[in-house]
Amino acid sequence: MANSAALEGINGLRDIRRSPASHLASALEAGSVQGKVVLAEGPFQTMAGVRVDPGSEGASRIAAVTGGLPARCGDVTGTEGVSVLWLGPSEFLVVAPEEDHDSLGGNLIGSLTHALGDAPGQVVDLSANRTTFELSGPRARAVLEKGCALDLHPRTLKAGTALSTEIGNIPVVLWKTGEESFRLFPRASFADFLGRWLLDAMREYASPEVP
Amino acid sequence: MLLISCPNCGSRDETEFHYGGQAHVPYPENPNELNDKEWAHFLFYRENTKGIFAERWLHSTGCRQWFNMLRDTVTYDIKAVYPMGTPRPDAAGTLTAETGTASLAADSTTTGTAAPSISGTSIAPADPAPSTTAPKGATK
Ligand SMILES: [Zn+2]
Repeated sequence: MANSAALEGINGLRDIRRSPASHLASALEAGSVQGKVVLAEGPFQTMAGVRVDPGSEGASRIAAVTGGLPARCGDVTGTEGVSVLWLGPSEFLVVAPEEDHDSLGGNLIGSLTHALGDAPGQVVDLSANRTTFELSGPRARAVLEKGCALDLHPRTLKAGTALSTEIGNIPVVLWKTGEESFRLFPRASFADFLGRWLLDAMREYASPEVP
Repeated sequence: MLLISCPNCGSRDETEFHYGGQAHVPYPENPNELNDKEWAHFLFYRENTKGIFAERWLHSTGCRQWFNMLRDTVTYDIKAVYPMGTPRPDAAGTLTAETGTASLAADSTTTGTAAPSISGTSIAPADPAPSTTAPKGATK
């Protein structure tokens, strides 16, 4: 895992925070096949779960903070740094760099809570709920296709799309960030399983291709 | 594996969904006036239809929204997918509800007093000649 900066957390707790797949860091590095498929755990991120009726005033106030709310399944909106993923018609996941967390000098959660105000809905700090795997390379799609029933072909799944689905039989938010790069958000308790599952799916690409 | 067409997310594997039992079972208007037998009927008695059955489904791994579905319990043909709170389409599923904006508010999961027609509780007997329209989830 990558500690992006020496950040001062509340009471120094930031220094002892371990990411859910940190114990796999060397295995992920060893299992990556440069030029084919590379897997790593991403840095900590600030995540907020937002539930709000998208047609309400509260939603437009939140949209002003995040740079828009996605309208339908797969959509991702946001400004640089802060992204909003569509999870349901009235449910969204805000993903931002770790520094945006209120305990580290940012104000993302606070400003979202303030934007919602008294309107019906909720803003919940989910920063510790999920971890991030970064899977990239020309074989990344082939690896995912071993355990994901969605149509991942680029003609259907465009970069900049995020879908809540199943990969390797566990619930994952799959975010296609580039033509050959994916970001996977498993819940923390599934990080070990998904990391090992992906490593197993990647193994064949370390060997020469059988013609 | 069934492919179920979620009104919000499109075609997804059956494993992403949870079954919610018979649809269109309205909550009693005055629960306090029911005797034990009537209450038990509301809670526990459900149709056991052979043929086209209206049932609730939850897209639990995706958008986490409920919707209704007409499914043939013999052939597993999905005849229609329609939003919570709308009346049951006719048994042949020809009146397919509009999809895409199906989801109502989060509290649409419960059948309130403003529930669709009470007549929906008595499910029509098995249709001996189910329509031959393709299941909605068959596109991928
Ligand atoms: Zn859905």
